[in-house]
Amino acid sequence: MGSPARVSMGDAWSWRVHPDMESERRRPSFDVERLTNILDGGAENTALRRRVGASLGSLSPACLSLAESIIHSDPEFSLKENYFMSQNEHYEAGVKKKFHLQMLARRLGWSEGSRELRYAFRAVTGDLALGLHHIFSKSLQSLGSEEQIAKWAPLCDQFRIIATYAQTELGHGTYLQGLETEATYDADTQEFVMHSPTLTATKWWPGDLGRSATHALVLAQLICSGARRGMHAFIVPIRSLQDHSLLPGVTAGDIGPKMDFEYIDNGFLQLDHVRIPRENMLSRFAQVLPDGTYVKLGTAQSNYLSMVVVRVGLLLDEINPLLEKACVIAIRYSVIRRQSRLRPSDPEAKVLDYQTQQHKLFPQLAAAYAFHFTGTSLRDFFQESYGAILDRDFSLLPELHALSSGLKALISEFCTQGAELCRRACGGHGYSKLSGLPSLVSRVTASCTYEGENTVLYLQVARFLLKSYLQAQASAGSASKTSLPRSVAYLTAPDLARCPAQRAADFLRPGLYTRAWAHVAVRLIRDSAHQLQTQMQSGAEEHEAWNQTTVIHLQAAKAHCYYVTVKSFAEALQRLDKEPAIQQALQRLCDLFALHGILSAAGDFLHDGFLSGAQVDMVRTAYLDLLFLIRKDAISLTDAFDFTDQCLNSALGCYDGNVYERLFYWAQKSPTNTQGNPAYQKYLRPLLQSWRSKL
Amino acid sequence: MAVTMNQDLRRERASASFNPELLTHILDGSPENTRRRREIENLILNDPDFKHEDLNFLTRSQRYEVAVRKSATLVKKIREFGISDPDEIMWFKKLHMVNFVEPVGLNFSMFVPTLLNQGTAAQKEKWLLSAKGLQIIGTYAQTELGHGTHLRGLETTATYDPETQEFILNSPTVTSIKWWPGGLGKTSNHAIVLAQLYTQGKCYGLHAFIVPLREIGTHKPLPGITVGDIGPKFGYDEMDNGYLKMDHFRIPRENMLMKYAQVKPDGTYVKPVSNKLTYGTMVFIRSFLVGEAARSLAKACTIAIRYSAVRHQSEIKPGEPEPQILDFQTQQYKLFPLLATAYAFHFVGAYMKETYHRINEDIGHGDLSELPELHALTAGLKAFTSWTTNAAIEACRMACGGHGYSHCSGLPNIYVTFTPTCTFEGENTVMMLQTARFLMKSYDQVHAGKLVCGMVSYLNDLPSQRIQPQQVAVWPTVVDIDSPHSLTEAYRLRAARLVEIAAKNLQTEVSHRKSKEVAWNLTSVDLVRASEAHCHYVTVKLFSEQLLKIQDKPIQAVLRNLCLLYALYGISQKAGDFLQENILTDTQVTQVHQRIKELLTVIRPDAVTLVDAFDFQDVSLGSVLGRYDGNVYENLFEWAKTSPLNKAEVHESFYKHLKPLQSKL
Repeated sequence: MGSPARVSMGDAWSWRVHPDMESERRRPSFDVERLTNILDGGAENTALRRRVGASLGSLSPACLSLAESIIHSDPEFSLKENYFMSQNEHYEAGVKKKFHLQMLARRLGWSEGSRELRYAFRAVTGDLALGLHHIFSKSLQSLGSEEQIAKWAPLCDQFRIIATYAQTELGHGTYLQGLETEATYDADTQEFVMHSPTLTATKWWPGDLGRSATHALVLAQLICSGARRGMHAFIVPIRSLQDHSLLPGVTAGDIGPKMDFEYIDNGFLQLDHVRIPRENMLSRFAQVLPDGTYVKLGTAQSNYLSMVVVRVGLLLDEINPLLEKACVIAIRYSVIRRQSRLRPSDPEAKVLDYQTQQHKLFPQLAAAYAFHFTGTSLRDFFQESYGAILDRDFSLLPELHALSSGLKALISEFCTQGAELCRRACGGHGYSKLSGLPSLVSRVTASCTYEGENTVLYLQVARFLLKSYLQAQASAGSASKTSLPRSVAYLTAPDLARCPAQRAADFLRPGLYTRAWAHVAVRLIRDSAHQLQTQMQSGAEEHEAWNQTTVIHLQAAKAHCYYVTVKSFAEALQRLDKEPAIQQALQRLCDLFALHGILSAAGDFLHDGFLSGAQVDMVRTAYLDLLFLIRKDAISLTDAFDFTDQCLNSALGCYDGNVYERLFYWAQKSPTNTQGNPAYQKYLRPLLQSWRSKL
Repeated sequence: MAVTMNQDLRRERASASFNPELLTHILDGSPENTRRRREIENLILNDPDFKHEDLNFLTRSQRYEVAVRKSATLVKKIREFGISDPDEIMWFKKLHMVNFVEPVGLNFSMFVPTLLNQGTAAQKEKWLLSAKGLQIIGTYAQTELGHGTHLRGLETTATYDPETQEFILNSPTVTSIKWWPGGLGKTSNHAIVLAQLYTQGKCYGLHAFIVPLREIGTHKPLPGITVGDIGPKFGYDEMDNGYLKMDHFRIPRENMLMKYAQVKPDGTYVKPVSNKLTYGTMVFIRSFLVGEAARSLAKACTIAIRYSAVRHQSEIKPGEPEPQILDFQTQQYKLFPLLATAYAFHFVGAYMKETYHRINEDIGHGDLSELPELHALTAGLKAFTSWTTNAAIEACRMACGGHGYSHCSGLPNIYVTFTPTCTFEGENTVMMLQTARFLMKSYDQVHAGKLVCGMVSYLNDLPSQRIQPQQVAVWPTVVDIDSPHSLTEAYRLRAARLVEIAAKNLQTEVSHRKSKEVAWNLTSVDLVRASEAHCHYVTVKLFSEQLLKIQDKPIQAVLRNLCLLYALYGISQKAGDFLQENILTDTQVTQVHQRIKELLTVIRPDAVTLVDAFDFQDVSLGSVLGRYDGNVYENLFEWAKTSPLNKAEVHESFYKHLKPLQSKL
């Protein structure tokens, strides 16, 4: 069993676990530590993660020996003051933490891309500057030639340069062909001339660009020998390596305050005929020869590879943990908070005992687990296919692209809604930044629009589905069945016209609800294909017809992604048969995730009579019963994520449950209470006295 | 202004099918209201005293200071401009105050009205004038660290001491610390504190007490009073929401508000006659919040729709220039139903305000009969509209892509300012359950053979003798999806059915278990669903009835389309309910989806004009993306350049951290 001290805040209240919290942990129905190991992918990963966390100061000194930490806790990584900083201070803290982390990594020999660095990122909750530096590295590895990697990767790894990735522009986002920045090849000097021809061509949003970066990987339209060759990536020096001043022809700065990410200097960049050597165009998939001849080595899609790499990484390292943390905080707080009475004679009840509260929170908890397992299988699939793609075998790229786009859209959408629901489920206190929830929400919500706007991503999935569907139709009659990509193989599987469930309990069978989701996804994909066809038959051009049917394409893509998630979750649980207690607890979450989805989209299931009205009632009954069953495991299921108190940084979500003491104490430390009140002297006093002087 | 209008917006405005000015009159209530509102807004716009730096670039402490300064000037200016009508004061404040948040706001919205409603004549004489003139600044302290919506759970005590004829106010535990009241942290020097009254050894429940907090002249907290700011929040940076801990703090007996209940000098407690009247304040605040929901959503729609007309992206046909993103079906599908919702909620808000004033007159004549229904309805509608608006503002923000995430869009600010509406003045789930209680009561009444009236009268039509719930052939199911009236019927049927299902499930639980409370808890998800369906019906009904009152044909036509879109979109989102209850057939649901897409195309040419009709000043939107003139990119760039991080070209962090990083590794 996990020791409480392991994750404690280590302050005046930690010595005592709140009795309402203690009672929740008294008789866990499964071994929480084992579940943590499963989530980490093995006990040795858990141990390593904790050791890394300890070395970053996430532990109180008393626990260090227990965790066999390598070094003493480091005050540089404290998150306590986070809620009281200005944008400038946040930025400085982000840079400072990054600096210390890199020093530490160097001392301890943590290499780029290592598990240790991933765990360190998690332990400091990702509040680090220079995140784009690593995106640059990944892009270099994906798009650079071997010589380019040999030249730039060491500079990057040793931080002799600080690099960013500059794609989106003021007037252009997800639609890459619309980017306006130009790279015109000058064969005389063998240079590219990088230029922002209009205001809307200004690069806008890249992280670390505003103040930090010395180099940017600029995505620009290549023009060589008079022909436009589409988007390519160029390494452009933007700041002096001596004094950090902007280089001639470069205008750059910070884009101003945002909802969150204050520690990142998202920036703008204008290039005025800036010249860079020919060798600075990344050339794994395309080259410009000295005389200006353009040589294509990859497909049109190969430049998208770096985006796939980034998306896959984001799901497990950035997006889903934000929902997990929101669940931890809201569920822990809900066993401490008491409100009204369930029975007249009882004391006020824990709010988690209210059905409506369970109905708010448990679907979010179930989703967090679902996304963990789905994200893991996506990562496995990615690791299988990445090597082949780098060797220019692109056969798996379309499926990888569709899966990573669709899951990014689904997971970011649900995590955002879920985190916000968790925040509001904490009532008024969820509005206080000290709860930790506002920053989780404002951070996760950015993921719906960054790295590909979700609607655009869903529609890319829809195109892939449509193609696969037509392929399935074409091969249906013929003897030689061309095999469909794994994730869409269900398009050719035999379909049920009616759901066979007869009792509520039948809906607790993964096989049954997975097929139900498959049915709805197939039906929507078929309908979207038909609608598109109908539009075209009535004379609309293909592109116009597509635009006139996008609402249903969107629905089809969402249903498909939900199906993929339900299926991956259910399959992952089958592999846990050696851990029956854990399997049972997680199975309820999987059931809940599937059924909650069915109830939210009941219209789609009733539409063609696949479910009857009576069956929807059964789903509802099964769903409500699950809430009740999950209730007793709720705290254990959130403990298993194993976030330290420091990393949650929430007055409501601490492991020991001493919510109110901490909230009161933290509030007293706010600068509004420690730095006087100039507004009183300037305005309130004259106001209070103006009345008297009139008498 | 000499600045030219963006070409896209110019074209949009030229293509409108109606005159936006006339629609603005309808929204304001009359042409005269529009005129006067603009006159007042111009007073502010033209007054240099009201100028200040962009708040997005200020720290929290600076924002608080700006708000206090504005509060102070506000008092003077309202006097100076001779504005006294409550509506006019509201217009003034809405444009003048930052996010409509003011640190001394609670003095006027809670302290003074509570004094008026619950104070005796003597108390009013003593306190009212100084509160109105801000000699004292008061706030209203109800919620505690550990207790919110459930008032009976509050722990603060007021114990009467007959020896000195004083009350001893005390915060016995950490959880009893007053927490959240606006203006409590730094601004107010008095508070009306809600506390459990103890006298002669007995607890008499919650009562209100006037408690001085800070010394007049120095503003220092009085001995026995611990008061401060509760720290940073999601939004409301300008407001010093506060905490208050009282350590056996004594106040004179006269400081208990005693219009209803009284404590005599010897400690005898005198019970109040009736307290139904306190419903009145809550009803008023909640109906005001419905109007605010409409307003916040209207702002968000204005920004997102104008920006979507200016932003070009991607391609519909290859080779053609990038289209306005408002031409994408997915973008229309995101935004137009929200625009329709903003209009729907506006009419609901107007209706509630009107009803409140009407019923208030009845109350004046001693007729309280309509109060329970109004109370139940306002609770549910507050929850229904705030939940919907909360999600809708976020949807508008995301519809602006990455730029929506920047504070330059104004949307994050609208969101964080609006979202507490879901939890304050009654947490939404609790509100929905209050409405459900009323619905269950009405259902029981009908079952007992009594007719009910008002918005729940549909329950009278429930075939109560029905044995099998699936057989609904007796219900008229011929829904015409092109008629707002017929769609209202469809929503009515859905509400009736979901109320019935919740009632039956509740009965089943009661028959299985002993306690009624446990049964209630185990049915609460169904109960909330029933309340939502009821509120949705009321909204569709009010919107469709509004159409009949509109004279101008082109405006009637465009609002009719919005009303249809609102009703049909709701059906498509809740198709399961309509199918399961056999209110609509599969074919009809398919037609609904189809009709929605047609309506998107029909509304498209009027979209920008429909948001123009909300008539928001640019300063009130606070958005670079939503500017009336549409010159988005130029101003976005200018805005960014003034950001504090750009004050020096090389940030000090470079020397402190980056340079060492580059050299040491």
